[in-house]
Amino acid sequence: MVDFGGWDMPLHYGSQIDEHHAVRSDTGIFDVSHMTVVDVAGPDASAYLRRLLANDVAKLAAPGKGLYGCMLNDSGGIVDDLITYRLTDGAYRVVVNAATRAADLAWMNDVATAFDASVTERPDAIMLAIQGPRAVELAVPLLPPSLRQEVAALEPFGCAEADGIFVARTGYTGEDGFEIILGEDAGLRLWDAAVEAGAAPCGLGARDTLRLEAGLCLYGQDMDTTKSPLVSGLGWTVAWEPSDRDFVGRGALEGEKKAGIPVKWVGLILDDRGIMRHGQRVVTSAGDGIVTSGGFSPTIQRSIALARVPGDAAGVCQVEIRNALRDARIVRPTFVRNGEILVEQDSD
Amino acid sequence: MSEVPQNLRYTSDHEWVRLEDDGSVVVGITDHAQEALGELVYVEAPEAGQEYGKGDACVVVESVKAASDVYAPISGECSESNGALADEPERVNQSPYEDGWLVRLIPSDPAEMEELMDADAYAQFLIDSDG
Repeated sequence: MVDFGGWDMPLHYGSQIDEHHAVRSDTGIFDVSHMTVVDVAGPDASAYLRRLLANDVAKLAAPGKGLYGCMLNDSGGIVDDLITYRLTDGAYRVVVNAATRAADLAWMNDVATAFDASVTERPDAIMLAIQGPRAVELAVPLLPPSLRQEVAALEPFGCAEADGIFVARTGYTGEDGFEIILGEDAGLRLWDAAVEAGAAPCGLGARDTLRLEAGLCLYGQDMDTTKSPLVSGLGWTVAWEPSDRDFVGRGALEGEKKAGIPVKWVGLILDDRGIMRHGQRVVTSAGDGIVTSGGFSPTIQRSIALARVPGDAAGVCQVEIRNALRDARIVRPTFVRNGEILVEQDSD
Repeated sequence: MSEVPQNLRYTSDHEWVRLEDDGSVVVGITDHAQEALGELVYVEAPEAGQEYGKGDACVVVESVKAASDVYAPISGECSESNGALADEPERVNQSPYEDGWLVRLIPSDPAEMEELMDADAYAQFLIDSDG
């Protein structure tokens, strides 16, 4: 067990590596109740979120859809990354990180003062993630009959809710699956039923290696309040149009873009032996960069990393691991998706 | 409770040492250490001929969580390291006292063995340091 944002959470339930493989090949279940669930409602709910978030909730044309993006400060730094779901015409559900909970809620309430919108944390919510190529077929029969048909038909980032159970086709593993928000009793029952049906209980360790292979950012490691989405591989989540939407941080991002973005966020694969870790120096022909997340990839069976490097860097590079320079290559920051290895494993 | 074999000597850094008939010593990390480190994914062992003073870092073990140094429990020269760990670092987790051994040293001062804890002392050390 480890302390994670004030929550006692298991790193693993026996073997982190076995849990990782279970999610890539079958089904795993994660208790992610540490995540902070915040409901936003009121006449100005949409206007408020269009001010608060760098992505534009107007893209959620109808209820039942979700959108990933960032909440920025006035300097364009990332306060948190989050998913916003549109529940009904005037109600949204926002899921933010646990470690940033207090800062997020303070900032959300601060920005909300100018709007007729309520910001309500749901501290009692249980959140379970059921992930893997067999997750959908495993999970659907465990849900209330009133939800099954709708949930089985959900597109990625789609969501549905009935009888106090909220289901979204989202995750943090690079595999298909659901994230499910529900009450405590129903959550305990669903956990037991999913494990009974063959889902492997998975801890924080596997969650981290799965998201690393999928090239998904981890707040606090890959980005923080001093980094904008434009240098964190998240430029695609910034909705620049319509140009008159004045979201928090827009001016700073426009200035940053105009000045030219000197760095980019990439993947690294280690050709030498060793393990890349957060904070290590990356040496490229265009100058130095830094590893933002690194570790061992159980799927690829070697070390992979996410890194911020000079914009012109490409091809081979070196990573300083424990005072030695080790050969690595710059690759697209998506290593594994839906069980498939997407990077070239051999250099030559 | 982790396993502490009687026939070994131990350090407070959770290395074990086994004296062989030929006077060499085999070094590894204890069951307690492998449990605390988590699943190993990489072991960087020294080349034969490397010399170490007592307490020098001689092996790097990296788990799914972090990298850790393993220190030479006594001074000596590395005569071999466990080559099987290059492809199967998990042997350290599965068999910390046998298949998961790390290096063999030729002691430069065999008397240093006497400064190490015996099994009973190490077992007590584990109990005392269990916070």
